[in-house]
Amino acid sequence: MTDSKYFTTTKKGEIFELKAELNSDKKEKKKEAVKKVIASMTVGKDVSALFPDVVNCMQTDNLELKKLVYLYLMNYAKSQPDMAIMAVNTFVKDCEDPNPLIRALAVRTMGCIRVDKITEYLCEPLRKCLKDEDPYVRKTAAVCVAKLHDINAQLVEDQGFLDTLKDLISDSNPMVVANAVAALSEIAESHPSSNLLDLNPQSINKLLTALNECTEWGQIFILDCLANYTPKDDREAQSICERVTPRLSHANSAVVLSAVKVLMKFMEMLSKDLDYYGTLLKKLAPPLVTLLSAEPELQYVALRNINLIVQKRPEILKHEMKVFFVKYNDPIYVKLEKLDIMIRLASQANIAQVLAELKEYATEVDVDFVRKAVRAIGRCAIKVEQSAERCVSTLLDLIQTKVNYVVQEAIVVIKDIFRKYPNKYESVIATLCENLDSLDEPEARAAMIWIVGEYAERIDNADELLESFLEGFHDESTQVQLQLLTAIVKLFLKKPTETQELVQQVLSLATQDSDNPDLRDRGYIYWRLLSTDPVAAKEVVLAEKPLISEETDLIEPTLLDELICYIGTLASVYHKPPSAFVEGGRGVVHKSLPPRTASSESTESPETAPAGAPSGEQPDVIPTQGDLLGDLLNLDLGPPVGGPPLATSSVQMGAVDLLGGGLDSLIGGPNFVAPPAAAVPPNLGTSMGSGLSDLFDLTSGVGTLSGSYVAPKAVWLPAMKAKGLEISGTFTRQVGSISMDLQLTNKALQVMTDFAIQFNRNSFGLAPAAPLQVHAPLSPNQTVEISLPLNTVGSVMKMEPLNNLQVAVKNNIDVFYFSTLYPLHILFVEDGKMDRQMFLATWKDIPNENEAQFQIRDCPLNAEAVSSRLQSSNIFTVAKRNVEGQDMLYQSLKLTNGIWVLAELRIQPGNPSFTLSLKCRAPEVSQHVYQAYETILKN
Amino acid sequence: MIGGLFIYNHKGEVLISRVYRDDIGRNAVDAFRVNVIHARQQVRSPVTNIARTSFFHVKRSNIWLAAVTKQNVNAAMVFEFLYKMCDVMAAYFGKISEENIKNNFVLIYELLDEILDFGYPQNSETGALKTFITQQGIKSQHQTKEEQSQITSQVTGQIGWRREGIKYRRNELFLDVLESVNLLMSPQGQVLSAHVSGRVVMKSYLSGMPECKFGMNDKIVIEKQGKGTADETSKSGKQSIAIDDCTFHQCVRLSKFDSERSISFIPPDGEFELMRYRTTKDIILPFRVIPLVREVGRTKLEVKVVIKSNFKPSLLAQKIEVRIPTPLNTSGVQESQISAEIELLPTNDKKKWARPPISMNFEVPFAPSGLKVRYLKVFEPKLNYSDHDVIKWVRYIGRSGIYETRC
Repeated sequence: MTDSKYFTTTKKGEIFELKAELNSDKKEKKKEAVKKVIASMTVGKDVSALFPDVVNCMQTDNLELKKLVYLYLMNYAKSQPDMAIMAVNTFVKDCEDPNPLIRALAVRTMGCIRVDKITEYLCEPLRKCLKDEDPYVRKTAAVCVAKLHDINAQLVEDQGFLDTLKDLISDSNPMVVANAVAALSEIAESHPSSNLLDLNPQSINKLLTALNECTEWGQIFILDCLANYTPKDDREAQSICERVTPRLSHANSAVVLSAVKVLMKFMEMLSKDLDYYGTLLKKLAPPLVTLLSAEPELQYVALRNINLIVQKRPEILKHEMKVFFVKYNDPIYVKLEKLDIMIRLASQANIAQVLAELKEYATEVDVDFVRKAVRAIGRCAIKVEQSAERCVSTLLDLIQTKVNYVVQEAIVVIKDIFRKYPNKYESVIATLCENLDSLDEPEARAAMIWIVGEYAERIDNADELLESFLEGFHDESTQVQLQLLTAIVKLFLKKPTETQELVQQVLSLATQDSDNPDLRDRGYIYWRLLSTDPVAAKEVVLAEKPLISEETDLIEPTLLDELICYIGTLASVYHKPPSAFVEGGRGVVHKSLPPRTASSESTESPETAPAGAPSGEQPDVIPTQGDLLGDLLNLDLGPPVGGPPLATSSVQMGAVDLLGGGLDSLIGGPNFVAPPAAAVPPNLGTSMGSGLSDLFDLTSGVGTLSGSYVAPKAVWLPAMKAKGLEISGTFTRQVGSISMDLQLTNKALQVMTDFAIQFNRNSFGLAPAAPLQVHAPLSPNQTVEISLPLNTVGSVMKMEPLNNLQVAVKNNIDVFYFSTLYPLHILFVEDGKMDRQMFLATWKDIPNENEAQFQIRDCPLNAEAVSSRLQSSNIFTVAKRNVEGQDMLYQSLKLTNGIWVLAELRIQPGNPSFTLSLKCRAPEVSQHVYQAYETILKN
Repeated sequence: MIGGLFIYNHKGEVLISRVYRDDIGRNAVDAFRVNVIHARQQVRSPVTNIARTSFFHVKRSNIWLAAVTKQNVNAAMVFEFLYKMCDVMAAYFGKISEENIKNNFVLIYELLDEILDFGYPQNSETGALKTFITQQGIKSQHQTKEEQSQITSQVTGQIGWRREGIKYRRNELFLDVLESVNLLMSPQGQVLSAHVSGRVVMKSYLSGMPECKFGMNDKIVIEKQGKGTADETSKSGKQSIAIDDCTFHQCVRLSKFDSERSISFIPPDGEFELMRYRTTKDIILPFRVIPLVREVGRTKLEVKVVIKSNFKPSLLAQKIEVRIPTPLNTSGVQESQISAEIELLPTNDKKKWARPPISMNFEVPFAPSGLKVRYLKVFEPKLNYSDHDVIKWVRYIGRSGIYETRC
């Protein structure tokens, strides 16, 4: 007899019989009985009643039996907590067993038993196992910490297991390291702010070493963890990339995808001019193609990810179109994904091949696939203008097949082609009209009606065609009804004489016989337009519409960036952020790509540093009045005239789009009143990139919580110079973000509105990170306080003095200009602490002529106080020495553009005068750094 | 991480159910059965989200393996793990069938406990697993302390795929270069896409911990070496091949390949796949299929297929098969000019008729990519045998992959 017999026992009284067998004296019989219990458990029968009897079998020399009992325990302990205690002794004893396999088994199983009382007993054995001499036990114990944390997070912290786990990252055994990383990453996810995984260049180095040695799974854990790290500059990013690229040749696809994730993320930090950047791009394509020869399920995961990668960096796979050609035997989910990528890669260079393929696919069997192929042909036409004609003729061929769903799909896409290339292909309308009767899907009917309405003047029997649809008006879907209404109104405006009756009919159907609010409202709008001013109606309804955009269904850029951080994971398969499908707070930390922080330009070659721009060339400090005014006005709202404001809205909803276009032109009249400035869409003022870097700054700053010294507000722009607007302000730096705190006072007699702000180019690229938000009009004698977030990604131009900032502020009255000096310490970044060795090397490396010496007088503080006060403004003490009674502080700081400044501060006890020596590769900043020292120490 | 793993038979009955995480309940087992196994339509995705729970599945014959999770897991890893699980099971008890799974369910649970801990995959190399997960549970009692620590260090070690102290009287190794040629040709004879995906499979029966170095006619290596001797470059330059991409078994030192492009490793004992590679340039297409299809009226189809071989007459191709698709309801097939070895196989496809491509199967005794093994050197410094003492065998087999000509 074989083990499969255990699955077939269904007779009554089974439990009773099993009980007897479990208590049998014969070992063999006992084991048989436990097997039967497990089999019953598997198929879903409740065998919890046997708990005490099964637990009694636990004390055994037979490892196989022991494992079965453990399996049972893990399943039922929660339902029988009191009895589960009976097992504790055995566990504790097993944790001391001379055989490492048994020790590990015990600690592994104990972690899976979610009973509070047992958890308490687990702590001591776990502590021992974490330090066990055998790596097999340690790697098991590492995972056990994560298990315990899942049951009782507080306990894990109280017992200090987190520190032990952190120590395991330096373990000599690679698998222990990998499991420790996995456990820590998981724990860190539930405490996003804990800084648990304290990644720094040293620990990263350890991980990269372990990466070469551990199992394929361990490599995945480590790579996924690495992807969460943000290198401090482009050089570190590059060196990590160099050590990760060999993983692209691993046989395990998950290792490859995780490596791709790290590379895609860190590439963000590399300058595109770098040779290495190009090399990296080239290295990424082959492994991505290789993923397509994996098993179909993995191909699917790979294709979903490639879809993201192609959107983020199209250059990687632009020559690889052929590998995405669909194979006859591919599973449907692979076919659909390949098709999607083919369209994304379609370009003028390969369009002929793509079209030939798509035509082939349109004759396939699977309806979804065929539809998508037909739709793809339309998308190619819209994307590659040169191919439009060929696409249209291909679509016509397909319509000739008379396969119902092919015809309908073709008509839907031809409508979009018309919207992209108006008045070009209307010769095909006749063919389309022939198929009118076969259209039974709302989308296709709506598309056809739209075409008839749009080209009504060229279709002789347009009125008859539309009338035929009108007969069953109430049975149509809303989409078709709306379209029919619009089309008939268009027809009427084009051929008013013959169609008066028809338009009245449709207006009354829409307004009186329908209870759909959209339909009624649109009906009334048309009605009033037509009855009030037919000429205006014509201008509105038949106005030229913006063309539809080339790429539809692209993933929104911020989401795309976030998904790139999740390459290989479920999020990348669903194309949704984890928060959309993960319950609770777990794993839903928002991720973003790192901003580019270049180290090379500034630290290596001071002459190219922004501060080193030729000072003779000090041109139009403030551009001509007109230019700047123009710029500022561009901040203003309202859809750009002529642009495609609504083109991104769904292509299918032609009706909505039309109306949108009409409304725009309506509002565009002379009485256009600008909405208040508060309504400025946030993305007008800031580029996407700066938004991202802001986020990043925030997250990296968490934990250090530094608040630099803030000077009191000073008047920057007196009221008399600005027609009554007084501006005073100051600069602050807090938690890594810089802001300009402004106070606006209205000293005029009229209300001020529509505020906007702009900076001239300046030495450190300071720029507003958001538009100036004044939420209500500023009435006379009113004051508002505004904190304007700044970033340092604006354009750079050397100013004189270096920290000069020229600002333009606009309101409804005029544009005003003023300039102010910002204290340099707002640019001192949080990670400005240099490693001691590095400090020494750099100090020696910087030529002596770059050294500048200053005296700070009348400062009553001692060395301790100085050090801590400076630290809160991100000037870090690297080392301290006492030489002949004098305190020497060695300090470092880093500016937002990556320039390092090294300082030596000599303090003589009892003497209020300090000597400050500064060394920097860009000596121009020294003077201002000295001023920053003065300000910080004396306030 | 993986929250649970279930194995079902074709009817949707659970054969194995192992839950690793508290967030996965018993109802997950049923959810998958109802929504995927019993679903009416064809599988539309290998990943299914049901009530905020994600199910990954793969199918082996009529057995379903499903991994379940509520978190944002590494999806590629989950599938790789499921495949690995299948490999491990196959290595232990052969074919994955309902019968075999039921007969070995205790073993499967033991394996699942070992290779997946809290949903994190652990060492899953069969070589290592077989040293301590045996079907005789008693073995553990007789192990000595050294044996135990040898097991644990192998399972967790840098060379987790090989144990120490292997001894053979005759040191021998076999290399199989197995290639599959893939072709998609248009009816007009234009190559739409063609590539070779190859594998180098090694069977090693070597003593000790042998350090191996594998060399082939990789264009990049040849060109690098050829710098000194221009003469050789011109000679071997023609024979070298451009490899688009390759992946390696985890025993190969990837960083060394990345920096020097040399393939060095300590092999597992017995059979394993050393590397996979793909080439697209200068492929020798062993056969050319020239189809001529005419639809004569609505009920008659005339198919003429000419096949030409494209290799030396001294070589013999085997297992040749040409599949000419015909509609399901075909009757009265007339064969006019069919040579003896070729059989006509009417397509028995369940799908609706849409004129699938003509496909070919074959096996040829050479590598269509042009790959040649140049050497495989073996060094075992501690033991008393040298590279010359090892008996080495190399074999090349080229098979058809998806070799299709549209018609």
